[in-house]
Amino acid sequence: MTYVPSEPVLRAGAPGVGGTAPRDDTEPGIQPGVGGTDPRDDTEPAPAAGPSSAYKILVAGGFGVGKTTLVGAVSEIRPLHTEELMTEAGSGVDDIRRIEQKTTTTVAMDFGRITLSQGTVLYLFGTPGQDRFWFMWEELSRGALGAVVLIDTRRIEASFAAIDYFEHRSDPFIVAVNRFQDAYDYTAEEIRDALDIAPEVPIVLCDARRRESAKEVLVALIEHAMRRPGHPDEAQAYA
Amino acid sequence: MGSRHERWVDEAAGPLVRPYAITRGRTGPRGERLDLVTILTGTGRPVPERTRLSPEQYRMLALCRRPTTVADIASDLALPVGVIEVLADDLMDLGLLGVARPAPVGRPDMDTLRRIRDDLRAL
Ligand SMILES: Nc1nc2c(ncn2[C@@H]2O[C@H](COP(=O)(O)OP(=O)(O)O)[C@@H](O)[C@H]2O)c(=O)[nH]1
Ligand SMILES: [Mg+2]
Repeated sequence: MTYVPSEPVLRAGAPGVGGTAPRDDTEPGIQPGVGGTDPRDDTEPAPAAGPSSAYKILVAGGFGVGKTTLVGAVSEIRPLHTEELMTEAGSGVDDIRRIEQKTTTTVAMDFGRITLSQGTVLYLFGTPGQDRFWFMWEELSRGALGAVVLIDTRRIEASFAAIDYFEHRSDPFIVAVNRFQDAYDYTAEEIRDALDIAPEVPIVLCDARRRESAKEVLVALIEHAMRRPGHPDEAQAYA
Repeated sequence: MGSRHERWVDEAAGPLVRPYAITRGRTGPRGERLDLVTILTGTGRPVPERTRLSPEQYRMLALCRRPTTVADIASDLALPVGVIEVLADDLMDLGLLGVARPAPVGRPDMDTLRRIRDDLRAL
């Protein structure tokens, strides 16, 4: 495994060099998040021929860190549900009835689609950040381009589970710090220390509500994936 | 605009539906495992005689006249992914639906990654 040296911190959507002022949320030109005039383009047609290749990117992190906002800022966001059989432990129901009354839990995911050139479509999946959804992450991350773990510096612990998860996998992931206006403006290196994130994992600062910023987060993830050669016995995509 | 809480996935989750009516009691696919980004496409073959498809399956076949991912089908038909997998499985058994392209299994090559990056930048 090649060790990739620490990258210069990317400040996606940061107000400017040395700009440490808190962000002004009333600043015109900042796109609102979910709701409001959030520009979802429902009229964008799917490519006439349908996608010829489709790639997954995961957007993970605790509740309220801005996953839905980020997916909505950069893609055509649509509802998607997965339905899972959940075993109800200790329900006090006898065995036969338990079999007959399997509980189904419907899990809502953020789901966004970005149409690129040559029939390539990127699919963003915003995944619930709770331990009980880990089984979903397994499936989501299989063959994915990588993951973005969003954090809110006021509650970094909300994204610990997601960081732990991706640290223990080989898929590329980056940490994106969603800069809420009333949060202290930590530097990426302060955040790296606080979270004990390995030096090769890029940390980018972003504003999940802004399309340009969200785009830069995705670009940072792809560039990270480009720096990390796949495992030698890993089959190529679409082998 | 709904309350802030309506967007909390945790609260959106919960025992809500019993989709087995649609899948006729089946809870999982028998055949190959489909991924959210597996691309499916209709074969264009006629529905075999004496085969009754569900309205959802007809809608799936209509969508899959052009290649469509499992995730897009689930979203367009407003059905959970697990249900789509089961319905697709039956359609594949009947020879009406096929996999146009399986999901990627590993890292794309450098040229593909570069193109994805450049396309994203140009969005
Ligand atoms: N001020 C501010 N609010 C944000 C930002 N990103 C998200 N929000 C808001 O924070 C709340 C939670 O965001 P959401 O995207 O739903 O988080 P999720 O639970 O991770 O999907 C929403 O009310 C968003 O509008 C941001 O960068 N700045
Ligand atoms: Mg959300």
